[in-house]
Amino acid sequence: MVKHIVQFLTSLKLTVACLAVSMVLVFIGTLAQVDEGLYTAQERYFKSFIIYLEPAEADWRFPVFPGGYLVGVVLLINLLAAHGKRFKITKKKLGIFMIHAGLILLLVGQLFTDLLSRESALEFEEGQSKNYSEDFRKNELVLIDKSAPDSDKIISIPESRLRNGSLIEDSNLPFNIKVHDYWSNSDISGTEKPDSVKTDATQGPAKDFFVLPMPPVTEMNRRDLPSAVIELFDGDQSIGTWLTSAVLKPQTVSHEGTDYEIVLRFQRYYEPFSLTLLKASHDKYKGTELPKNFSSRVRIQNQETEEDREVLIYMNHPLRYGGLTFFQFQMAADEAMQRAGMIPTSTLQVVRNPTWLTPYLACIMVGLGLVVQFMMHLLGFLKKQRNRPKAQSPRSPNKTKAGKHSPSSEEQSGKSTTSATS
Amino acid sequence: MKKRLPFIILAIFTLWALSSLRGPKAPEGIDHVGFGKLPVLLNGRIQPMDSVAMNALLQLRGTRKVPLEGNNGTGEWGDFLEIRGEGNGLLTERSWYQFSKHPKKLSSTQWLLELMTRPDQANERYIFAVNHPDLIGELGLGEAGLDRSGLRYFTFSEIEPHLATIEKHASSLNPKPELRTPFERAVAKIHFSLGLFLRLKNSLQPQDSPDFSAELEEYVANIGPGIEAVRNRESGNEYDEEAFGSLMRHLERYDMVSRVAYPLLVPPDIKTMERDQWSNVGTNLLDAVHTKRFPAAIQNYAAMSTAYTKDDAQAFSTALSTFRNSLAKDFSSELRKAKLEFAYNHFSPFYKSIVLYLVAFLFACASWFNLSQWMNRSAHYLIILAFIIHTAGLITRMVLEGRPPVTNLYSSAVFVGWGAVILGIVLERFYRDGIGSVIASVVGLITLIIAHNLSMQGDTMEMMRAVLDTNFWLATHVVVITLGYSATFVAGFLALVYVTRGLLTKTLDQATAKGLTRMVYGIICFATLFSFVGTILGGIWADQSWGRFWGWDPKENGALLIVIWNALVLHCRWGGLVKDRGLMNLAIFGNIVTAFSWFGVNMLGIGLHSYGFMDAAFRWIVLFTASQVAFIALGTLPLKLWQSFKTDTTGAAS
Repeated sequence: MVKHIVQFLTSLKLTVACLAVSMVLVFIGTLAQVDEGLYTAQERYFKSFIIYLEPAEADWRFPVFPGGYLVGVVLLINLLAAHGKRFKITKKKLGIFMIHAGLILLLVGQLFTDLLSRESALEFEEGQSKNYSEDFRKNELVLIDKSAPDSDKIISIPESRLRNGSLIEDSNLPFNIKVHDYWSNSDISGTEKPDSVKTDATQGPAKDFFVLPMPPVTEMNRRDLPSAVIELFDGDQSIGTWLTSAVLKPQTVSHEGTDYEIVLRFQRYYEPFSLTLLKASHDKYKGTELPKNFSSRVRIQNQETEEDREVLIYMNHPLRYGGLTFFQFQMAADEAMQRAGMIPTSTLQVVRNPTWLTPYLACIMVGLGLVVQFMMHLLGFLKKQRNRPKAQSPRSPNKTKAGKHSPSSEEQSGKSTTSATS
Repeated sequence: MKKRLPFIILAIFTLWALSSLRGPKAPEGIDHVGFGKLPVLLNGRIQPMDSVAMNALLQLRGTRKVPLEGNNGTGEWGDFLEIRGEGNGLLTERSWYQFSKHPKKLSSTQWLLELMTRPDQANERYIFAVNHPDLIGELGLGEAGLDRSGLRYFTFSEIEPHLATIEKHASSLNPKPELRTPFERAVAKIHFSLGLFLRLKNSLQPQDSPDFSAELEEYVANIGPGIEAVRNRESGNEYDEEAFGSLMRHLERYDMVSRVAYPLLVPPDIKTMERDQWSNVGTNLLDAVHTKRFPAAIQNYAAMSTAYTKDDAQAFSTALSTFRNSLAKDFSSELRKAKLEFAYNHFSPFYKSIVLYLVAFLFACASWFNLSQWMNRSAHYLIILAFIIHTAGLITRMVLEGRPPVTNLYSSAVFVGWGAVILGIVLERFYRDGIGSVIASVVGLITLIIAHNLSMQGDTMEMMRAVLDTNFWLATHVVVITLGYSATFVAGFLALVYVTRGLLTKTLDQATAKGLTRMVYGIICFATLFSFVGTILGGIWADQSWGRFWGWDPKENGALLIVIWNALVLHCRWGGLVKDRGLMNLAIFGNIVTAFSWFGVNMLGIGLHSYGFMDAAFRWIVLFTASQVAFIALGTLPLKLWQSFKTDTTGAAS
């Protein structure tokens, strides 16, 4: 039994099966992006163990295909098992070994990247300083107590806790929050529109507004804008009901003599340093609308290290600082805007990825391995060609021989490499 | 004799190729060749007037020349303008059997010169390709236009009465190009074509100027009195109404030119401006209100225009050479670049390579049937000649662009072919059995035809948008991954040779079959190396510019599919899961994977990499995929149906 399992886990057939499954997976995962958008498709097909069939209206789901994680894990086990069982490093197998070790590093590295990396955006106007970036997808409901003179107290409630009808109680909160309604993507308007909803908000400047629920966005360059209707309670006593939304400004709630700002906003990540946008430049090729370069001149100020310097961030030249990488992402700074008197803005993509070096190492290993392996083959082939007597060149066929040929009985020409992996 | 035949064939084709290297001779009348070499700035780059003309005509008409003669419906041959008319039926271009006829044609530059200076005449040229039957019906053009084997071309005069209809349809187009119906695409195309036509018409002068030089003189003379009239009018005094009206009429028209002019014709004043600050005629004429003078370039262009309308070749050449001399001092590098690109356009290296690959392919195929060595060698020599021309074309493009070889979809097609031809030549040198030649010529031929069709979409040397503006990554990631495409295609086409020859002919003997297997195996190893390294380099570039090594973007996935597929083929082989025929069928499937990765993902119209969107090719991808599936099906037929292996089962090796 154990022998069978070991044989199965180390077999080349399993490798081939995994590769075939991953082909199908990558293909359907790519096509699915047209309808589902890159993010959803990525989560559903590549960052999952099982892909389920789940019709939009149904409350059941049915597993149909292995997901990216499952294939990756099986492939990893297969690789490790095969190497553990029958691999000895010899000169002949050095290349193969390096390739597979590199692949293992790549797979493991990507798994850690998925687990540990975080992407956010830092959007600022020229002259503006910021010490935080905002998540691309996640949102938070925030209460800000501004009563202290030199610092604000911020209490953040992650979006995942905002579910219809849920009650949020916490000792840090000055009051309890009941979520009446929550829309993951929405628009707000002052007038009624088809499909828009009148909320039961009783307080705040937005109490008469309408919420227009929207389907989740699929485009890469847009994001969902959630809205929620929340009721605040002092114990069992209702203070009032507010409409909060990512499209609305903070609203003030007074409670027991303290003013709180309450807002539903993009989740923020604070850093111990600040960036100031000094200049945003959007260059175009003369006579066209084609962008030639986007660049942001930025000042870094870090009170801890007393650092204060300027740096230029532009296409293909990110800034790596404080464990984060800042990439030039978007920009609104062209001539038309400047003529209209608007302040140029720049958006940096901020990535925290502690394992960013692993693909580099993996690539070097695999690349070298491939070169070593194929060079050995090529040299062997050339040597054979040179040693082959002229008379046996294929263009002087011995016609009586031709009849004996049958491809199925032919000696495997890939034999020399078979030995390398088995 | 047969020994020398390959050399004679090579010599003939070499002479043919070299004959056009000298470029067109200066014509006897108006020197449109010299005009075609003038540098202008368009799409952010310096290019010759000839490229503006050629790319525009390719976009409008799909050809590089405009025919002036042909047949009418009653069978009469002659100049289109003379033989057309009520009751004379549909005009047709020369038919294939009319080989004695040599219709006069306008070169692209001649056509552009006419359009810029004699729009009334240009309005009568058959340059608008409209092929959707519903659109032709909607515009009521059923009886109009010119027909060439079912393709229809119309003049601006024929379309002009229907501009409102086109505008109406164009305003209700689906904003997402990939979701448009064929009819909507036809509307979008004619709408775009009309816009381009209008812009070109108003690039050198306002389209309604009968004598541009005279007009400019009048304008300059009128600026002073005109401005005075404006001032008087503003301050409520009596003013010269005629001077006022005249100035306003001029300014209105120049304002139009300043807004729509297409190529930028006027070089900057090098003392005060950056080199690339070229400008159009209109803005300079508007500025002249303050300065009362305009750059020499405009005067020279105006003189050329007037000379052309008066058919005064002498005056045209004088104005042209005055302008060239004025450029020679500060813009010699621009002049040189324009001249080189002009020569490149006229040598058309890739067109010549197409012809050579085709001839070589026929020779190589023929050599399998009668096993004649001279045909095989002729094919090999012709491929080497074609390869030299192909390479020269690539290098010239690199020099003109200042970039590595692959910068867009067009150049990727050229380069995929180039890589495949190298591999084919190498295989041929090892095996000398014509297989390498067939592969080199077929893949070279197909990829260059693809490139030719891609060139219909406009300038093939456009500038690189910001994120791509890095020669380092273009030279490494893009080149390596494109060579991976080449190799995968070569393996796939070798497998096609195996299946076709084995199944349909008796020429696949044991040695050839073994050789083919070895070739396919070796090339797939090569393909794995290149596509893997290329994909990884792409990941590193993405990490540098977008902050993630891998983002499951369609183009990345496409590249990954090729890597996985090649790895799968190799592991199948090593594990003994497939033998020779299985290997061949897997390799053929590699063609589908590569075609999807190369073109298919661009058609999805999503993702960060979708720089090269295209919809017309979708049908071809489907056809190609279907054909490859058919080959795989053939490849799995039982051995007894294979012509080459049939004798095995009977045992009669006669």
